[in-house]
Amino acid sequence: MSPLLEIRDLRIRFRVAGPIRARLKGIDDPFLDAVLGVSFALKPGSTFGLVGESGSGKSTLARAIVGLVPVHSGAILFEGEEAKGGDSDFATRRRHIAMMFQDPVGSLSPRLTVRALITEPFLIHGKDGRDLDAEARRLLDMVGLPANFAGRYPHELSGGQARRIGVARALALAPKLIIADEPTAGLDVSVQGEILNLLVRLQRELGLAYLIITHNLAVIRHVSDELAIMYMGRFVEQGATRDIFENPAHPYTHGLLAAQPLPDPDRRRANVELQGEVPSLARRPKGCEFHTRCPRAIARCRVEIPLPSRLDAGRLVRCHAPLVAPIASTD
Amino acid sequence: MSAEVSRIAPAAAARVGGFVRRIAADPMGCLGLTLVTLLLFTGVFADLLVPYDPIKIAVPERLMDPSWAHPLGTDQLGRDVLSRVIKGSQIALGVAVSAITLSFAGGVILGLLAGYGPRWLDNVLLLLFDAVYSFPSIMLALAIITLLGPSLGTVVLVVVIGSVPVYARLIRTQTLTVKTSEFVLAERSMGAGRFRIMARHILPNVIGPLLIVASMDVPVVITIEAGLSFLGLGVRPPAPSWGRILNDGYTQIRDTPWIVIGGGIPLIVTTLGFTFLGEALRDQLDPKLRKPVG
Amino acid sequence: MSAGAVLDIRGLGVDFLTPRGRVHALRDVSLQVPRGSVVGVVGESGSGKSTLILAALRLLPANALILGGEVVLDGEDVLRMSPAALRDLRGRKATMVFQDPSTSLNPVLTIGRQMIDIQYRDRVPTARKRDRAATMLRKVGIPDPATRLDNYPHEFSGGMRQRIAIAMALLCNPDLLIADEPTTALDVTMEAQIIHLLRQLKSEFHGSILFVSHNLGLIAELCDRVVILYAGAVAEEGSVHDLFHRPRHPYTQALLECDPARLAKVSRELPTIPGDVPDLLAAPVGCAFAPRCPKVFERCRREAPRLVADGDGHGAACHLVPAIASSRVGPRPSTGSGRGPPVEPVET
Repeated sequence: MSPLLEIRDLRIRFRVAGPIRARLKGIDDPFLDAVLGVSFALKPGSTFGLVGESGSGKSTLARAIVGLVPVHSGAILFEGEEAKGGDSDFATRRRHIAMMFQDPVGSLSPRLTVRALITEPFLIHGKDGRDLDAEARRLLDMVGLPANFAGRYPHELSGGQARRIGVARALALAPKLIIADEPTAGLDVSVQGEILNLLVRLQRELGLAYLIITHNLAVIRHVSDELAIMYMGRFVEQGATRDIFENPAHPYTHGLLAAQPLPDPDRRRANVELQGEVPSLARRPKGCEFHTRCPRAIARCRVEIPLPSRLDAGRLVRCHAPLVAPIASTD
Repeated sequence: MSAEVSRIAPAAAARVGGFVRRIAADPMGCLGLTLVTLLLFTGVFADLLVPYDPIKIAVPERLMDPSWAHPLGTDQLGRDVLSRVIKGSQIALGVAVSAITLSFAGGVILGLLAGYGPRWLDNVLLLLFDAVYSFPSIMLALAIITLLGPSLGTVVLVVVIGSVPVYARLIRTQTLTVKTSEFVLAERSMGAGRFRIMARHILPNVIGPLLIVASMDVPVVITIEAGLSFLGLGVRPPAPSWGRILNDGYTQIRDTPWIVIGGGIPLIVTTLGFTFLGEALRDQLDPKLRKPVG
Repeated sequence: MSAGAVLDIRGLGVDFLTPRGRVHALRDVSLQVPRGSVVGVVGESGSGKSTLILAALRLLPANALILGGEVVLDGEDVLRMSPAALRDLRGRKATMVFQDPSTSLNPVLTIGRQMIDIQYRDRVPTARKRDRAATMLRKVGIPDPATRLDNYPHEFSGGMRQRIAIAMALLCNPDLLIADEPTTALDVTMEAQIIHLLRQLKSEFHGSILFVSHNLGLIAELCDRVVILYAGAVAEEGSVHDLFHRPRHPYTQALLECDPARLAKVSRELPTIPGDVPDLLAAPVGCAFAPRCPKVFERCRREAPRLVADGDGHGAACHLVPAIASSRVGPRPSTGSGRGPPVEPVET
């Protein structure tokens, strides 16, 4: 099956200083790399999980897909086509890719009613003679909310309800892909399950593909088919979710899994595996970016950037000393 | 762009009816609305309401205390103060409403453009605002009046030039905070255009504070008009502006307080009316502050 | 009976006066923090956990109405204290670490300045206070503390700022540290480090911690005792082992089941608790959890269950509980980790 979304060697940089300031302050490279050498493919109807801590570039990557952030090099292909240049080129892509943002309430325009919010996509992309009231009812029904929610304002919604409205908006134009940035952030545990079940049900019914961005490993384990772990803009490990959880190959993946607290007082962790924190993008470590925190770092890690090497079953890992032995190095 | 305007306009128009009703439901808003309506009514129908000719001089009847014939007494030239106050409301409101409306529109448009438009435009506009703002306002007013000659139109222009930068800056600052919020990003991700985001998503979230500032500026503008009229740079005598009435009153305050009282009350009423209305407007624009009905 | 407790809240009721009406935020809530232990408060949004900790320091907003009960901190009733005594108590006997480390430090003062200022009660030279601040920073894991004292909050990362906030909270050697979701704004690897730090500090300072969180994993990791709040009332309380291994209240059971981290097998269908948290504009008749409870029966809708505790201080407010495990009926015990004196039975 040809991929719905394909990303090839993507690089996204941000300018941190204007050309004049850079010259004056003696900054050689006035750019920061937020995303570096990222490649992956997303099959129609499947779920891809993107996991990383803040500053890993996961949200930037997602925003670049819908053209909210300019791409430096590499390609983002949606259904085999590349969108370059301006907003008009992205207009068609934005019909087929819907995005949900982190804050369930804050991502809804505060002065609009629910009805206006969920029918907004039709107003933007042309309503083609649709009855907006009927559409609003249909969408509310799809996300399991009663029709009388149409008159409410965002601040009158609970987190879970607001998140459902976010899903309804995303569904409005019958997209093929939904990008969800932390879909369960800020929600209570009991509500998290409801939202994830809703997403899974909609995927089954509508054949949607999801790109889910999260730091919540416990959640992504249950909902994604494939997974990529990001660290400082790079995919350090990617592959089938089950493989990664059962047998993490990258020390960072291992550390992330170990950092998840277990809801069991008898299995408290004696020590913390990953110390310190993600370095600033402005001070990207030489060699492997993770070597400053890596418990397995060797001399080579400090100087040489590891290339992705292939493990079993299409799994890739960028590490000189992975926890699972590689088969071969790509390129 | 015009297609977007036509799509947004009817919804906005339909909302106005419910809007006024909700303001009237709030006691303060109701008071403000009543006072302002009363003022507007007086201003519009001033010529029909006045009991006497406001500029007719009758020296024998000068400086009379209030009576049934002259409820607010007469001034030093024997003119009926009530008639002058009523007629004066026409001038006061004419200047204030037109100046504030123009400043408001200009401030909103320029502020949104500076806040949400391209960076270079923001820089150009800011430079412009600062240039106007750094002028001493009295010098600026005098310069404009010298250039264009004293008239009501000039007073309006002076006020507009002075307030647009203030209003625009207020809108710009608010816009800068709102434009980075997640809901604006969400709209952009859906493909909403610049104009749509500004008009439908940013404007309603930034306009509240300006509504208050502008409605509280109405009485300020009336005093500016009065001040300029006093200096002979605004309304020419014998036209009865409230400023003139007050000034006439000050000179006679040892003989009779009624002229100052007569000229002062409408100013107080206007201030209160517009302030209450402004606060009610803000509350109604923000669904979070909207009081539940019933 | 409360001799062993640093914080002893009894029968606390709090209403909020809102434009919509009176919200019954807390109803007859009792909670004890025994000296030297970590008590976790778990609750979803709207459970009243923030109200509870604000009430502990009497920091409730102006529209809050305390209906009754007492909040005894180190033997003194916070609710009946003069404002001066209250100020003296805050920061000396009890301090707080907030959720968002980016706003809980003053951005225009160096952290050294803030850490020196907070010791205003001590009559010692400033140089000495500065030393103390540096020592404390080292203890919370800030490298090179003496120089870092001259940095401003924005020069630290979120995790570092939370460490600093904890250091500041501990500077006055409080008897009680209240931590309100202190890791919610942090990344997982940083969260693990902060929890580890709190555990270390606890053994070092002999203080008590009231730890508020919605993350069951963190509660299991850190706490000795746990109180589960639901809709403004205590649903269950007990030692952390009892709560996680032998939950009695159907709400606790459902909550534990919902945690995706507890599902051993990968599943696309995650367990949920159907229904919504009740609107507290009207105080619930009967059990507040009844509308969502899988084991609901007729009595639940009619009569609010009382909290029934056994000798180990494990109690649940559920009509089903006496049948399951009650050995004693009484007001709540205030024992720490089940080690304290047994509760005297109440005359019935």
